[in-house]
Amino acid sequence: MRRIPVAAVWLAGAVPFAVLLWDTLQGQLGVDPIRDIEHRLGRTAVYLLLATLAVTPLLRLFRVNLVRFRRALGLLSFSYAVLHLLAWAVLDMGLLWGQALRDIVKRPYLTIGMAAWLILAILAATSSNRTIRALGPRWKALHRLVYLAAPLAILHWLMAYKIWPSWALWMGLALAILLALRLPGLRKLRVR
Amino acid sequence: GAAAVLPRAAQAAAERPNSWDEITSYNNFYEFGFDKGDPAANAGALTTDPWAVEIGGLVDRPGSYAVSDLAPGDALEERIYRLRCVEAWSMVIPWLGVPLSRVLNAVGVQPGAKFVAFQTLLRPEEMPAQRTRALDWPYVEGLRIDEAMHPLTILATGLYGKPLPNQNGAPIRLVVPWKYGFKSIKSVVRITLTDRQPVSTWQAMQPREYGFYANVNPQVDHPRWSQATERRIGAGLLAGRQETLMFNGYGEQVASLYAGMDLARNY
Repeated sequence: MRRIPVAAVWLAGAVPFAVLLWDTLQGQLGVDPIRDIEHRLGRTAVYLLLATLAVTPLLRLFRVNLVRFRRALGLLSFSYAVLHLLAWAVLDMGLLWGQALRDIVKRPYLTIGMAAWLILAILAATSSNRTIRALGPRWKALHRLVYLAAPLAILHWLMAYKIWPSWALWMGLALAILLALRLPGLRKLRVR
Repeated sequence: GAAAVLPRAAQAAAERPNSWDEITSYNNFYEFGFDKGDPAANAGALTTDPWAVEIGGLVDRPGSYAVSDLAPGDALEERIYRLRCVEAWSMVIPWLGVPLSRVLNAVGVQPGAKFVAFQTLLRPEEMPAQRTRALDWPYVEGLRIDEAMHPLTILATGLYGKPLPNQNGAPIRLVVPWKYGFKSIKSVVRITLTDRQPVSTWQAMQPREYGFYANVNPQVDHPRWSQATERRIGAGLLAGRQETLMFNGYGEQVASLYAGMDLARNY
């Protein structure tokens, strides 16, 4: 594990985007490509956020140390969130800024999604070594906001549909487990 | 027929219809799953022949009717209609069908009938999502009698001159082009004339989001989707959005049905 460079994580993280780009150019996205682009980018952002949150439990439970890759995973998640928001604003909303802004304020699922996005933006903006040193102990407190951003992202996904999509519910369950493993009673759990 | 009294423009004939592929692979038909692609994947096993539509309630000749009784081949008309989904996307679809008024006149509507209630088939063996409790099955819908008798309201049995594919509501479905798509109930097995306003499936589930009327109205927002604009399926990646028209562009024909009504309240 120690031999794998962090750049490999970035490279692997770019694969879903490359596949999406390929599918788009090949016209393989189906009847409503805009929806597919938007949704695939959003789902990938959530998967990567869950991966980021899995780093600590993996270390505690299984002694698998991926801490070195955690910042790249988090930044990748935010990158997909940026692309997801761009796809919504440019392709879906067609750059109708007035309506887009009104919708963000008026529609709870969009307000919630935007809140999650803003938190991730703050965390990404404060992820450099220099900021970590400058903020000191406050950095850790600030980055605990990810425990809020992740549930908001899942909620945004659930609420975007007429009825709750089951795959989003499973991702919500995965998140609940990852967060529960951080509770005082469970954080001492060891598998080996 | 009734088509003759409708200006062609009112039917959206000027707009390019969506392709067969688009119309038959992008569907909301929750009995077969909740993803747009699920109905095309799962509806193949549905038995649509034999099929009976039970017509009852306040009618002179109640009974069980075959699809060919209701919509005989020589009575079918093509109607090219815009379809506007409450999720803010739209299509243009060349339906084949008969005016619902023709069917209702044939069974004899009694004077006391004020509403028409519709019901979709309940057959969990062939409709996999009916084995879940996501919705309160069977799906039901309703119209006011004047909406049901309006010449734009049809029972469709075909698409592009061919029989309806199962995922589009075979063998017979309602099409009400000035209302959001969910009003146009699919695979109809029961039509009941009644003096009470029926409660539709979505209205019962989320009354704040879905009303009885569900007329396309850019001024009245759905809590989840702005209804001011829509995305035309098949328009291309950078086509953006187009303005949604009052009553989906059929205002000249249907606005008078709602004269004096507060449409923000009766949504």
